[in-house]
Amino acid sequence: MADSTSQSRSRDLDKLLLRPGNLVGPTFEAGTELRDDLKEYVRVLVIGAGGLGCELLKDLAFSGFRNLEVIDMDRIEVTNLNRQFLFRLEDVGKPKAEVAAKKVMERVNGVDIKPHFCRIEDKPISFYSDFQIIVLGLDSVEARSYINSVACGFLEYDSDDNPREETIKPMVDGGTEGFKGHARIIMPGVTPCFECTIWLFPPQVKFPLCTLAETPRTAAHCIEYAHLIKWDEVHSGKTFDPDDPEHMQWVYSEAVKRAELFGIPGVTYSLTQGVVKNIIPAIASTNAIISAACALETLKLVSGCSKTLSNYLTYNGVEGLHTKVTEFVRDKECLVCGPGVLIELEASVTLKKFIGLLEDHPKLLLTRVSVTYRGKNLYMQAPPVLEEMTRSNLDLPLFELMSKSPRDIVHVTGAAGKGDTKQSCSRKLRVVFKGIDGVTDMDMAGGA
Amino acid sequence: MIKLFKVKEKQKEANENGNGKGPCNKQTAGELRLHKDITELNLPRTCTISFPGGKDKLMNFEITIKPYDGYYAGGKFLFSFEVPSIYPHEPPKVKCKTKVYHPNIDLEGSVCLNVLREDWKPVLNINTIVYGLYHLFTEPNPEDPLNTDAAAVLRDRPELFKSNVRKAMYGGCVDNISFARCV
Repeated sequence: MADSTSQSRSRDLDKLLLRPGNLVGPTFEAGTELRDDLKEYVRVLVIGAGGLGCELLKDLAFSGFRNLEVIDMDRIEVTNLNRQFLFRLEDVGKPKAEVAAKKVMERVNGVDIKPHFCRIEDKPISFYSDFQIIVLGLDSVEARSYINSVACGFLEYDSDDNPREETIKPMVDGGTEGFKGHARIIMPGVTPCFECTIWLFPPQVKFPLCTLAETPRTAAHCIEYAHLIKWDEVHSGKTFDPDDPEHMQWVYSEAVKRAELFGIPGVTYSLTQGVVKNIIPAIASTNAIISAACALETLKLVSGCSKTLSNYLTYNGVEGLHTKVTEFVRDKECLVCGPGVLIELEASVTLKKFIGLLEDHPKLLLTRVSVTYRGKNLYMQAPPVLEEMTRSNLDLPLFELMSKSPRDIVHVTGAAGKGDTKQSCSRKLRVVFKGIDGVTDMDMAGGA
Repeated sequence: MIKLFKVKEKQKEANENGNGKGPCNKQTAGELRLHKDITELNLPRTCTISFPGGKDKLMNFEITIKPYDGYYAGGKFLFSFEVPSIYPHEPPKVKCKTKVYHPNIDLEGSVCLNVLREDWKPVLNINTIVYGLYHLFTEPNPEDPLNTDAAAVLRDRPELFKSNVRKAMYGGCVDNISFARCV
């Protein structure tokens, strides 16, 4: 009985994985090995166990993936229950990742889901390198930007500026807002990364403070007044915590008073939460559609059983159903995913000499250079207070300043071009030290 | 397209050969952009910048503004800047740490400046904001008030406003509110 169930479960998938075809990806190799690898070997990380995450975990489990992990920092709230279908009333207050993992494992035989109830920043970078693919079901630009920088951080280029295949960490990103959504594939070094196209995200609506203080016209104005102005007036120095129900209740009651004063209708507790936490309306069907697209792309990307989305799908369900695929292009000079300019140096070169070299480098022609390495400012041309603090580094060998790493990324800013056409810019550099044997620097692998 | 299945073996190999190292990118795109903003700061003569967290903590810094003319000439006003990791997608959070009698800055230090909120664009930079703040001191604007009382006085009785500002800057009381000396 169990055998026939498991057979029927993979029957449809088998049609895709066991037979060759004309529409398959270039690396597709049909056969049982592929199917078994998918089950036994491929590890998928799902980020977020909310509206998209619940759908993603279910879809991926039903698509033949066996080794999943999920990370989410939130606990289940009553308001989640209308669409985050893995959760029940008795789960309210429990970590989303744990409940979601448990529910899908109960439902789908043989799938193993490891939950992580924490922030994405809490995990060491090495955690993320363990997965073949990362699927994002997030609702914030910050979190996407962070995961993107982690995934792109694994990327390495060869001396011809081609990405090294084995260092590409693909991401599939889904996002929804009401009736609209997007699904995209990010192959760092191949397709545009999140930062290449960050302009796709509209800026958050922000009301002028003086409007809030003087001429409120909407319920949202009254709520933002209580949240941004009145809170500070009354609780001097105490930071507002949007996750503290008492804080939220206080803002709500102040907003009600404000609205009464100006005769503005419509302030409710849930609107208060929505405005303060910038909650966007979520619709179950939109989440289901976008998640399904993401899960499908994950399967195609990993197995090669079909060509994949190239590279950005938008979905609009406002009037019927409209979808469109756009092929965005990479920003070749992207500071996050771009190759950067390769610079080979002797280990003895000082920071000062290095800065001088960039001035004559044909691809750079950079003057007034400031140098930063892994969050450490090695030299700052300006302002004077920072110049003074970093000046002593100029006479030290760059190799030492880079913790004796045989090769690594350095970022510089400066003025490019000549004469009157100088333009300030930031550049990524791939610095390689000649004659430094990587093997002797084993100890630097984790520490640098 | 890549062969994902082969990826991990190759990675392992690379690690065993000692070529593997941590990922390179611990700086966010926001930090890199701010780094550029900071190196090309072109502050007005009367503004200074400081980094309380040291040379590697650029995301939090302070700007001191000493207006040399206008109502606030001779005063010294400290602003804190908190730059988000997704800068410049989002603007920095700016607070005035010096209690000031000003129509566009409230007593808690909130600042009403368009480029800090509704008119922020990613092409703007830290310089833009500093000039905007400086402008608030040379030309306080009673039309967009945060401190309504101060705005009304500036609009209706500019002479009284002038003396109120002086009083506040010398550490006196205005309308029963005490200010710290900032000259």
